[in-house]
Amino acid sequence: MGLNKSIFFEKYNVTVSDLETYLSEALSRGGDYADLFFEYRINHSIVLEEQIIKSATKGVNLGVGVRVISGEKTGYAYSDDLNRDNVIKAARTAAFIANTAPQGGKVSVPSPLDQARNLYPIPVFPADLDIARKIALLEEADRAARAYDSRIKQVQASYLDETKHVLIVTSDGCAAWDLQPLVRMNVMCIAEEAGNRQSGYQGGGGRRALDIFTGDLDPGAIARESARQAVLQLGAVDAPAGPMEVVLGPGWPGILLHEAIGHGLEADFNRKKTSAFAGLIGQKVASELCTVVDDGTMPFRRGTLNMDDEGNPTHQTVLIEKGVLQGYLQDRLSAKLMQSSTTGNGRRQSYDHIPMPRMTNTFMMSGESDPQDIIKSVKKGLYAVQFGGGQVDITSGKFVFSASEAYMIEDGHVTAPVKGATLIGDGPTVLRQVTAVGNDLKLDQGIGICGKDGQTIPVCVGLPTTKIQEITVGGTEK
Amino acid sequence: MSDLLATTQQVIDRAKLRGSSAADVLIREDNSFSVTVRMGQVETLKEAISRSLMLRIFVGKRTATSHTSDLTPAVVERLVDETIEMARLTSEDESGGLPDVAVHRNNFPDLRLLDPSWEDLTPAERIDLATRAERSALATDKAIANSEGASFEYTRSQVALANTLGFNGAYEGTGAALYCIPIAQSKEGMQRDHWMSAARHRNQMESPEDIGRIAAERTARRLGARKIPTGEVPVIFDALSARSLVGHLFEAVAGSAIYRRSSFLLDQIGKSIAADEITIVDDALMPAGLGSSPFDDEGVPAALTPIVENGILKNYLHTAYTARKLGGRPTGNGSRAASGVVTIGPTNFYLKAGKYSPEEIIRSTKRGLYVVELIGFGVNTVTGDYSRGAVGIWIEDGRLTHPVQEVTIAGNLREMLKNIEMVGNDVMFLGSIAAPTLKIKRMVVSGA
Repeated sequence: MGLNKSIFFEKYNVTVSDLETYLSEALSRGGDYADLFFEYRINHSIVLEEQIIKSATKGVNLGVGVRVISGEKTGYAYSDDLNRDNVIKAARTAAFIANTAPQGGKVSVPSPLDQARNLYPIPVFPADLDIARKIALLEEADRAARAYDSRIKQVQASYLDETKHVLIVTSDGCAAWDLQPLVRMNVMCIAEEAGNRQSGYQGGGGRRALDIFTGDLDPGAIARESARQAVLQLGAVDAPAGPMEVVLGPGWPGILLHEAIGHGLEADFNRKKTSAFAGLIGQKVASELCTVVDDGTMPFRRGTLNMDDEGNPTHQTVLIEKGVLQGYLQDRLSAKLMQSSTTGNGRRQSYDHIPMPRMTNTFMMSGESDPQDIIKSVKKGLYAVQFGGGQVDITSGKFVFSASEAYMIEDGHVTAPVKGATLIGDGPTVLRQVTAVGNDLKLDQGIGICGKDGQTIPVCVGLPTTKIQEITVGGTEK
Repeated sequence: MSDLLATTQQVIDRAKLRGSSAADVLIREDNSFSVTVRMGQVETLKEAISRSLMLRIFVGKRTATSHTSDLTPAVVERLVDETIEMARLTSEDESGGLPDVAVHRNNFPDLRLLDPSWEDLTPAERIDLATRAERSALATDKAIANSEGASFEYTRSQVALANTLGFNGAYEGTGAALYCIPIAQSKEGMQRDHWMSAARHRNQMESPEDIGRIAAERTARRLGARKIPTGEVPVIFDALSARSLVGHLFEAVAGSAIYRRSSFLLDQIGKSIAADEITIVDDALMPAGLGSSPFDDEGVPAALTPIVENGILKNYLHTAYTARKLGGRPTGNGSRAASGVVTIGPTNFYLKAGKYSPEEIIRSTKRGLYVVELIGFGVNTVTGDYSRGAVGIWIEDGRLTHPVQEVTIAGNLREMLKNIEMVGNDVMFLGSIAAPTLKIKRMVVSGA
């Protein structure tokens, strides 16, 4: 990976003996388990707006989080630097949660290991490249968006990269480090015509070098797609209101899975029996056409990790197989308390946050239908191909996701574009209404941000063209 | 705070020395404590001191920003140099620069942001606040069988800001929140809701017992919720859910949305944009307000800015940049995002209380939907198009009847603001944005 040792050893002079001291302090009041999460993260961003480079930004985040688990209780503290005294202080603060007889003795830490596999092998990190190359990407996007249509009046293009070094050391003998790249571009356009103003958005990225910005993710392609959506909306009619048949296009509409079932299958909610999915393992929750997977091991994807933020390797986890609910997304704490094993889904926003079960790349496997045949089979319905965000109430199971590009389907033909509208459904039952799954699985282009308990992390979703017999569409046209 | 101010001055000196023509730096230090109690047991306990330094450099009309959590002098010095180098690579922007000297002031008002008596509470007493709230919820109603827990969070923050025009200021504040999320269960399924209190001062907080009880009542009444038929009816937003409406309006009056032509309130100053009963202000001077501060993150003094007066749009909100760009004055709404970039933020941005009690508003409604929670992101501030998931209670003959879920409400913010028929007297401050109960004449509810 270009480095023989973690940066925390190379640059910050952390030693194995320091790690042993910190973990011993963390367990000084008892406690079943302790871990350390070291993070050094550099972010760069550049914004082009009104045809000039408005700003460039750099961020440095360095710190270490100390977690102590005692039964179901978690104590957490962190330090914003790697100063030995401050880390020891954090370890003692986290230790406060436990109030049992200390085991005594020193915690022994092996020499931290590099990852056995690398799911994001890249020759050069975007962070290390000259800023001029990144500016050129934005300028190309701006030109392409403006050239797409004279009604495009505003273009905002942004570039972001992240380089994240992590080192995770646990009291039960795991010591591993990773170096995680992430890059992204976004283009937002405003189209105007006779006082009607509409916006379009497209983005893309992944855990890759700048060579990711080719093909569908070429800056010009991203920009033209953003401009196309803005111009299209100028002619959109009111969206329909009420329950109807809906066909979801491939790719980013996979946000349906993320909201409808993904969050509800996170183990913490099921351990506490606060999820609408609690106790449904082994039951049929979806049509036989549905097989849904969370896979943190897909090379270069936004939701991919060599190891999760608790040091466990990521996995491919089947959530639903041919309609039957298979399992939960586990982190260490829930797996232990549920006498299960971790699925490598323990993630956190950064060193100042406690890890919890989270998704990685979540998608439905391709089916056998031809996407064109699926559309032809609909007499009257909605064809939704682009979405904004979504949200779920995991306890009631009700979820929403908001279409930003959708069309009416009339007698098997895609017709008028409609304005944005929210779709609302019930997680444990919506997939029972899936009546066709296309053979065209596509993952999103690398734009997913998932929020839970105030922590945001990068994720990816995917879907083949999918027909749902009935879901409520929240437009205004009755 | 003197250490933080000394550090800001060192950064400013370095920036000048290394060739920046102007610069400002903000350091924030948060001393925070949080605990979650679930089913009577401590679930998580977190405590930390965190720091962040945010730097903005100007080299002529070019700018760059940076931030770091690592305040080691060598790291900060290198970051100053790198930020100056980055600034040289950006474009010239005529509107760039620090706020004009004229708006700086050195004697800041005492806004009562700090209540040191929070520090008298031991960790055990802080944990007990959460324990009491949850216990109260579980005792309020037999249907409350489970819980997502109750949490108490407390932060003591210090902010120091300096710039190359000689501005130098600091302030300190406390803030706490106590919230409770019970879960109710019946044969038909589970429901959750919550209640909370947030304040800078201990004596402004609701009692843990009240928070738990109200949370339990709000949760239990959602059991048995069902869809309702699609149709057009009056919609009442309770004070909690009405906050989001005011939040959308905030986004639409931000100067950044105006110059980007991405607001449905573009070119509307002086025009009627809402019902006559509607008055909205942004008041950074509210004593002990959760969003109050003596100056903003660019050093512009706190102000009271009228946004909407009797339905007429009066002002957009500005940073130094958007003010120069649009020919206005900075309104003291400069806010630094975690990245260090200056954006526009609300201070205490709220819709002023009207004359009706929430009960009177419900009684006035023959048939309609009383909304208690909204989910999703279906709001387009460019066009005003609005479509969100809603949870509520159906009103029949002026009385709350059965709970409603799995429905959306839709319309356009332009019409929704004009169609506000009644304004409640119950403004509730839980953060920077606040609203009372609001009744909208009609919206499309999409359900069965």
